[in-house]
Amino acid sequence: MLTHYPTKRSALVPTLLFAQDEVGALTDEVITELAQRLALTELDVRNVISYYSMLTTKPRGKYNVQVCTNIACMLRGGEEIFDHCKKKLGIGHKGTTPDGLFSLEEVECIGACSWAAAAQVNYDFHENLTPEKMDKILDEYKKKGTQ
Amino acid sequence: MAYLVSHPDEVRVISKRFGQGATSIDRYLELDGYKAVQKALAMEPDAIINEVKNSGLRGRGGAGFSAGMKWSFVPKQSAKPKYVLCNGDESEPGTCKDRLIFEHDPHSVIEGVMIASLAVGAHTGFIYIRGEYRYLSVIMQKAIKEAYAKGFLGKNIFGSGYDLDIHWHGGAGAYEVGEESALMESLEGKRGVPRIRPPFPAVVGLWGGPTVINNAETLAAVPHIMLGGADWYAKLGTPRNGGTRLFCLSGHLNKPGVYELPMGYNLKKMIYEVGGGIPKGRELKAVVPGGSSTPVLLPEEIDVAMDFDSVAKAGSMLGSGGVVVLDDMTCIVKFALRTIKFYQHESCGWCIPCREGTDWLKKTLTRFHAGAGVKKDIDNIYYLAENMLGRTFCPLGDAAAMPTMAFVKKFRKEFEDHLEGKPCPFEKSAEAVTA
Repeated sequence: MLTHYPTKRSALVPTLLFAQDEVGALTDEVITELAQRLALTELDVRNVISYYSMLTTKPRGKYNVQVCTNIACMLRGGEEIFDHCKKKLGIGHKGTTPDGLFSLEEVECIGACSWAAAAQVNYDFHENLTPEKMDKILDEYKKKGTQ
Repeated sequence: MAYLVSHPDEVRVISKRFGQGATSIDRYLELDGYKAVQKALAMEPDAIINEVKNSGLRGRGGAGFSAGMKWSFVPKQSAKPKYVLCNGDESEPGTCKDRLIFEHDPHSVIEGVMIASLAVGAHTGFIYIRGEYRYLSVIMQKAIKEAYAKGFLGKNIFGSGYDLDIHWHGGAGAYEVGEESALMESLEGKRGVPRIRPPFPAVVGLWGGPTVINNAETLAAVPHIMLGGADWYAKLGTPRNGGTRLFCLSGHLNKPGVYELPMGYNLKKMIYEVGGGIPKGRELKAVVPGGSSTPVLLPEEIDVAMDFDSVAKAGSMLGSGGVVVLDDMTCIVKFALRTIKFYQHESCGWCIPCREGTDWLKKTLTRFHAGAGVKKDIDNIYYLAENMLGRTFCPLGDAAAMPTMAFVKKFRKEFEDHLEGKPCPFEKSAEAVTA
């Protein structure tokens, strides 16, 4: 990928996301290594990380539940879905369950407006949600994660 | 998986290959794929630009600027390499159309980037896809690989002697990066903070080289224009508004979905016929016609042709094609609050009017909706928004200000109904329509 760009640092944003998916979070070690590879200072890398909402230096749960509550989803029950997840998982916005299985986030528009209410679990889209449907989805992930 | 819908009034150009398995290059070739770029290879660059200019294709990202005109601003001679960028950072609330293009017809975007590259003399293109769209990045990367394997990309494409590389690039969660200069910053591995213009990207863009940046839907339309001709495409729409566009109908509708309709299609018809009307026997209260940045329209204002000029005349904007419909049980103050919460979250913080303005608006509206509003807040909300307008380097400040001003102007009574500690009049009845 590095060969696609005239400057090394151009690969930084997608590389950070791939590294995070691999390791679970952008740890100090990941930041040090990426800074070295792309000939940047660690501060350069941290400055970029803090800008992008998907990037995190703290580990999330195995399944990161991202519920959209932006306008189109709000009109079709997005906030109820988010509240329902809070209750069911016993955590709040950016919280993680004690077993590390789930984390929860209220997110901005994920591009599912015509199929609202919507959520993403990691990268998988779940659409036309109702609290009942969300229950089933969370149960399935729980089963998958504890097997 | 984004679901497909259909309506008899649809005119399928961009969505022609949706659901046809065109993600595979062989199937795409069966469906007239990569014919347009071969036609373009036999043309002079100026002839390609003129064809796109004459087609009346205007930027589908929201600004509605003539695509051909944009291409013509790129200097013929340049010491630095030129680039073509596809903006697939779709993040405008209410908009979910590029997702369908990437999912069902990724090669049309590649072909569009190729034709744009030939037109401006670029030898490198990038297709930038937002980080949340991981499955679409996988589809796009596979499509690019297939195009290389066939010899359509790389050295000497189609034996023409022209070298052209196209690469995928991914984001990591930022609305602001959908702004053209911020996208270039992001692609250069930096925070997505916009650049001061002029110079415009066509002259000084990616890594300082002249750059064309177009929305994914704009680029996906280009191969169809090359094959069908500028006249055919222009005539599908209204004067100065060529073609069709993908309208994303969402909110309180019986049949929400992404429909491809001719430019200039009537908004009222779009809501009541294509979108199936308002559920639960409720009445229409308001429509956000082109994504969350566009000023709200009242029911008496929706007998309007959905093209850039007509919607502008009606006091709003066609924007990104995201039509968000609100029924009469929706609280406008709450809706305004949610809108401003978004812009407050996404402001990059560079320009003070935007950074501070969105923050104050969010704080004031939160307090106001919670029942602690005082009368002068209403004018203050309007005043705050008005003072952001036109005072920021990128359009995010305007995008936050314009809808806020329209909410206050058109629904002042509803703001007043929240005063004096009165609870939100809609709080109990605003249950989800999906229930």
